[in-house]
Amino acid sequence: MTEIEFVLNGKNVTIDVDPTKRLLDVLREDFGLTGVKEGCGEGECGACSVLVNHEIVSSCLMPVGNAMGKDIVTIDGFSKTERYRVIHGAYEDEGAVQCGFCIPGMVIATESLLNKNPDPTEDEIKDALSGNLCRCTGYNMIVSAVLRAAERGKGLW
Amino acid sequence: MSDISRSINKQDTNAKTSGSIEYISDMKIEGALHARTLRSTMARARITNIEFPEIPTGYYIVDRSDVPGMNRVKIIFDDMPVFAEEEVRHIGEPILLVVGEDRAVIKEIIDGIKVEYEPLVPEFGYVNSVIHYDYEKGDGEKYFKDGSRIITGEYKTGYQEHIYLEPQGIIGIFEDGKSTVIGSMQCPYYIKNAVVQALGIENDKVRIQQAATGGAFGGKEEFPSLIGCQVAVASMKIGRPVRLIYDRVEDIESTTKRHPSLIKFKAAVDEDNNIRAMKVHVSLDSGAYIGLSGVVLQRAMIAASGVYTIDNLSVSGDVFETNTVPNGAFRGFGAPQMFFAIEMFINHVAQELGEDNLEFRSRHLAKQGEATSTGGHFRDPIIMNKMIDKVMEMSDYKTKRKQYSAKDDFRGIGMSWYLHGCGFTGSGEQKHIKAVVRLRKEKDNTVTVLAANTEMGQGAFTTLRKIAAGVLEIPVERVIYNNPDTDLVPDSGPTVASRTIMIVGGLIARAALKLKEQWVDGEEILIEERYKQPDYVEWDDETLTGDAYPAYSWGVNVAEVEVDKATYEVNIRNLWGVYDIGKAIDERIIIGQIEGGLLQGVAYGTIEVMDTKDGRIRQRNVTDYIIPTACDCAPVETVIMDNPFPLGPYGAKGAGELPLVGGAPAVALAIENAIGKKVMKIPATPEYIMELLEND
Ligand code: FES
Ligand code: FES
Repeated sequence: MTEIEFVLNGKNVTIDVDPTKRLLDVLREDFGLTGVKEGCGEGECGACSVLVNHEIVSSCLMPVGNAMGKDIVTIDGFSKTERYRVIHGAYEDEGAVQCGFCIPGMVIATESLLNKNPDPTEDEIKDALSGNLCRCTGYNMIVSAVLRAAERGKGLW
Repeated sequence: MSDISRSINKQDTNAKTSGSIEYISDMKIEGALHARTLRSTMARARITNIEFPEIPTGYYIVDRSDVPGMNRVKIIFDDMPVFAEEEVRHIGEPILLVVGEDRAVIKEIIDGIKVEYEPLVPEFGYVNSVIHYDYEKGDGEKYFKDGSRIITGEYKTGYQEHIYLEPQGIIGIFEDGKSTVIGSMQCPYYIKNAVVQALGIENDKVRIQQAATGGAFGGKEEFPSLIGCQVAVASMKIGRPVRLIYDRVEDIESTTKRHPSLIKFKAAVDEDNNIRAMKVHVSLDSGAYIGLSGVVLQRAMIAASGVYTIDNLSVSGDVFETNTVPNGAFRGFGAPQMFFAIEMFINHVAQELGEDNLEFRSRHLAKQGEATSTGGHFRDPIIMNKMIDKVMEMSDYKTKRKQYSAKDDFRGIGMSWYLHGCGFTGSGEQKHIKAVVRLRKEKDNTVTVLAANTEMGQGAFTTLRKIAAGVLEIPVERVIYNNPDTDLVPDSGPTVASRTIMIVGGLIARAALKLKEQWVDGEEILIEERYKQPDYVEWDDETLTGDAYPAYSWGVNVAEVEVDKATYEVNIRNLWGVYDIGKAIDERIIIGQIEGGLLQGVAYGTIEVMDTKDGRIRQRNVTDYIIPTACDCAPVETVIMDNPFPLGPYGAKGAGELPLVGGAPAVALAIENAIGKKVMKIPATPEYIMELLEND
């Protein structure tokens, strides 16, 4: 057991935990943040995406020990922001949400992209989302949603 | 009144984007224990002994000796055990559960259990037929003897794995003599019937509740009945709730997949280049247990003549049992296999006759009033000609086809034509399902839809609410549809077979009409509707003849591809589709179904490779079973043409499965056009394309 300290959704937290435990499990089990999903457990599907110091990371691959001193944002925290409101609205209006299991990860990937590139092209969007699998939508509606979010959210990113 | 097709927002989008909706693995259930499955490592063997390590207190083994009722999962045949008995029949077959508080300890226990096997000889080929069906239309035998030209073809299709993004998961709770099962599922009443049989208790002592379901595509049709029984047995034995949540590796290793198939055709062609008679045989690999394979086989067989009218048709099929993981329901249910095969075959026949494929196919295309494959009738207008013209115009098909055929530049374009029978085959709805729905008008003038159909991303809650609200002429916000709970809703049947909108939506519309007539503000009113088969449907279960489906949805796709000259990878450049689903209840939802289904179909035909070695699935995770990413999605252009079905709600027919069916044949035909070789199997991998090009 090790004491790990980090910022989680804007708050300082400390947890006494086996540092090899996956960040995903710590978030879901110890902090009850179940918006973070497990789709593959091997870093391939993106359902477990979180932001670590503004970078998108698969939390199923990250031992919580590596979270020490980092700033971590999950969908549960991000969903309280103005940026989220714009992204959510765009996803809704494009009909981009079907079963929803990939969506928290997609939203995080969208934020991570727009944060770096507020005005992405379609190809840049596809590239940025390529680490997040969706089995329901065929992706086109999600790509349109990101385009629409970028357009509506001008100035936010 | 505004057009029903105009899209509205779904009720659950907010909870899904914010991550607050609870899937089964997100639910906190007081006192719940974890479970993990010990599985067979042998494809076929007798279990001679199981040696256990010391089991700490608070940890439990649950196996077949704990099943109080029948140790069989009720599907169609009672052939699959809840927990393995003396003989295991596939790698990954569940033998027992280890249950307890700490997952690490559970894993240690599992690793410590030693199962001794006496190996038996496994079978992996098309050898042991366990179901055989055939049917006959007309009398074609003479055409195979009268000197007609005989053309044959043999086609193969591979596995397809659902990769619903949320793996299987289920929780069992046993309290006060009552078993409750909550989980990710399509068919609450299937699980209910299965649990009743496994526990051997009264019907009203079993309650099934659907949790938010993260995709299913058929994969959560019959499989959850197995794990539902397991957690029901475990929670009853232990007296505490038991959670069984699969990880991806376990899900791929042990859950159902699309049946691999082998399909053979023989056509007799007369001097006018018309197919006079055709013989078709379908072989399906069911894996170790039959499950739904017989029904899948029927749907494949009924699709044997595709969208074409063949006057003399002789179709047979077999389900072969093998010692591999059982196969089962997957969006399309036998049709994707057959439509790949028939679309290739028809094109290959045209090619062999030296005919223009468009001309040849058009001449054989079914028309209203003609007999279906099983001798029923296409009663409703068929607008395929209009649809085909439209898709050719959108894609510039003719020009490109000519251009790509002339040049050796590895670009190609292909077009598929297909249909999908809506609802259960034959008299299934009438005889087996007997759907019931209720509408309850509450005192506050909201209306609750009481039905067992599930939302799994396809938008059922939204479209069904729209139908009720539309008929009642009330705002859709006043219609409520909750996740089904078998204690609260009647059995309106499973959420499968493209039946939800047409059949269940139809019942809701009829109930809403009655409710509207009886409406009194401020009072509670309950309306019930039961399914009645349309009078015109006649079906003979024995001979498989008559009207196999009350209605058909139709589709055409064009795919444009470029095959990489160095790697032989297939790059999908563009996809087009035109569809007749009667009437779209919500256009955006339908387009979502179409785009998602089409990509699944295209990937089935190209990149989704799954195979077995000595009975073991070789792909372990999404790292090696590749599904499309955002970078693999081509631009899709879709047109939905109205062709209202008189008995469907607002004219709607089925739409859930249809879009998957046309993807693989369209792409395979485009690949043929690109490389100038016949594609005889899917997935058409780079290795296969290389083989075709090298075997010149
Ligand atoms: S669960 Fe982490 S990438 Fe799939
Ligand atoms: S919406 Fe179901 S996986 Fe993306």
